[in-house]
Amino acid sequence: MSLVFWILAAIAVLGGLAAMLLRSTVHCALALTVAFAGIALLFLNLGAQFAGFVQILVYVGAVAILLVFAILLTRGSEPPTHGVFSTTWLAGLVIAAAVFAVLGSSVLSSQRMLPHESTAPAAPVVEIGQALAGPYILPLEMIAVLLTAALIGAVIIALHEKEGEQ
Amino acid sequence: MQENLDQIFVLLKHWIVSLVPAPVQPYLSVLLSVAAIVVTFPLLFAISVWLERKILARIQNRLGPNRVGPFGLLQPIADAIKSLTKEDIVPRTADAVVHYLAPLVLVVVAFMGFAIIPMGRNMVLVDLDASLLFYFAMGASAEVAVFMAGWSSRNKYSLLGAMRAIAQMISYEVVLLLSSVTVVMMTGSLRLTRIVELQNQYSWGLPHWFIFTPWGLAAFVMYAIAGTAETNRSPFDLPEGESELVAGYHTEYSGFKFALFFLGEYLAMLSISSLGTTLFLGGWSAPFAFLGWVPSWIWFFSKVMLSICVFIWMRGTLPRLRQDQLMNFAWKFVLPLSLVNLIVAGLWRFMGEGWQRWVVTSAILIASYAALALAEQRQRRIGPRRYRYAE
Amino acid sequence: MTPLAASLLVAALMFSIGLAGALTRRNAILVLVGIELMLNAANLNLIAFWRYSPHPEALTGVMFAIFSIAVAAAEAAVGLGLVIAIYRHYKTTDLDQINRLKG
Repeated sequence: MSLVFWILAAIAVLGGLAAMLLRSTVHCALALTVAFAGIALLFLNLGAQFAGFVQILVYVGAVAILLVFAILLTRGSEPPTHGVFSTTWLAGLVIAAAVFAVLGSSVLSSQRMLPHESTAPAAPVVEIGQALAGPYILPLEMIAVLLTAALIGAVIIALHEKEGEQ
Repeated sequence: MQENLDQIFVLLKHWIVSLVPAPVQPYLSVLLSVAAIVVTFPLLFAISVWLERKILARIQNRLGPNRVGPFGLLQPIADAIKSLTKEDIVPRTADAVVHYLAPLVLVVVAFMGFAIIPMGRNMVLVDLDASLLFYFAMGASAEVAVFMAGWSSRNKYSLLGAMRAIAQMISYEVVLLLSSVTVVMMTGSLRLTRIVELQNQYSWGLPHWFIFTPWGLAAFVMYAIAGTAETNRSPFDLPEGESELVAGYHTEYSGFKFALFFLGEYLAMLSISSLGTTLFLGGWSAPFAFLGWVPSWIWFFSKVMLSICVFIWMRGTLPRLRQDQLMNFAWKFVLPLSLVNLIVAGLWRFMGEGWQRWVVTSAILIASYAALALAEQRQRRIGPRRYRYAE
Repeated sequence: MTPLAASLLVAALMFSIGLAGALTRRNAILVLVGIELMLNAANLNLIAFWRYSPHPEALTGVMFAIFSIAVAAAEAAVGLGLVIAIYRHYKTTDLDQINRLKG
């Protein structure tokens, strides 16, 4: 495995770790942005150019900003009154460790069947566009409907109700 | 001879690379191209700073800086020395790490935008398959830097300025994307070198630049508006206007970090202009076929500096838009118009060659602009003036 | 370790880190942060499998990842809207205190 892959993997994993361990919520959101960037670079390393740039555009450019706005709107930037971790933190940690153990053991035990080096596939944007307008036209239209529904739904859910119970 | 002058930088780079042993050659080649960009664009930044102060001054009926060097040409150097020697004050309650990283992230992301722009024939740093998408990904990442700057200062004015700046940047980014997607739709490629190649053709001596088509002109105007808003330039500079919010999200920065923010803003302006010339003004292609002997990179940089002069002209002439007016303008006026433009561009392609498509597309664009403008005006509802006394 | 196994292990690690965070943090928004980490790890899995698959010209992995990114963005928007609505009612985002069904 090349050194570049391990450096990018380290960026992504350390960003994720920082996002879940830091005390200040805004710092967690910024560490998550670093993790997103690390994942995007891993996509580029694996040869998926379009997916990598879409990851940066959507996640770093929109989802991270959305998280930060929500943190500021819910006063998350103030220091927490009680602890940062829930009272049942040990159970959560054990469950996550068990999940990692299962996933890791299944990956390592099936190593003989996993393919070795292969030539990097080409994913030109023209073919992605043709796939989106051809075989994947139905998922594309459904994503459009889903995004419209999510837009309207999020606005309605977060709408400030002037009347109603106070 | 003119071929050599056109390709002079490429030939220079090839010669330098040929001097080193083979294993190092790819790295040195990339390093040289990166060094060329890192040297050229800050130089253009210095020229734009001087231009801005002189042109703004003349528009405002005064002289600009004229003490340092002839016509004040060495003023940017004086500014650089001043900002390097100023004390770097970090507020005591500020978040030190984030405060330090914010200008770095902004400048790095601004420089990355130049990696895919073709500045001359065969003069692009990286010819990516999805280069336009890369550019917008870098533009979107700049918003994170703005938030980091505003939040880490622990200052209400900075935070407010940062929030306004981010809201404005997100709104106008959609417009920017839609006007660029029109060009992508007509050329069938996200690759910027291909877009410039398709504009490098001439018929009856006039070039095939996209700005000379109805949908291209509309898209260019919307791109220019959205570009001005993306870089927080006047008339959309409420987040950083000196009379509004002290200095917005870079209030608490002094010395070199402020210079980095300044550099980042002008680099963003240069990068939006470069992309605009690549998409609409033909990139490095000459205006007329008989002027093809002038090197391509001279055309590119002249068009970029012309766009910068137009930015400065707008700053000196137009009044500032209020935040709600600016958001209203983006979502209710420019966005529907850019969607109509997309449809019109498709219509242009399907109607085939001839004069009919010019008339039909121009008519649809003018009609939709008039309809949207009327709808916007009707909401104004300016009533009779009411006086309220202080009692 | 084959390259595919390395990518899958990194994705599994990120997934479990996200899961641990979503299960242990008190702030509702950080639970959403954990969910986003899990979705990213799944996307990494998809792209890794596409890269080393026998027929990468079918572009299945890339398509799946792009649609997954779109759905994750929509879900983050709705989830954060919900968190803001809950905050307006309970005046807190601490999940240990939002433990009653009474509205």
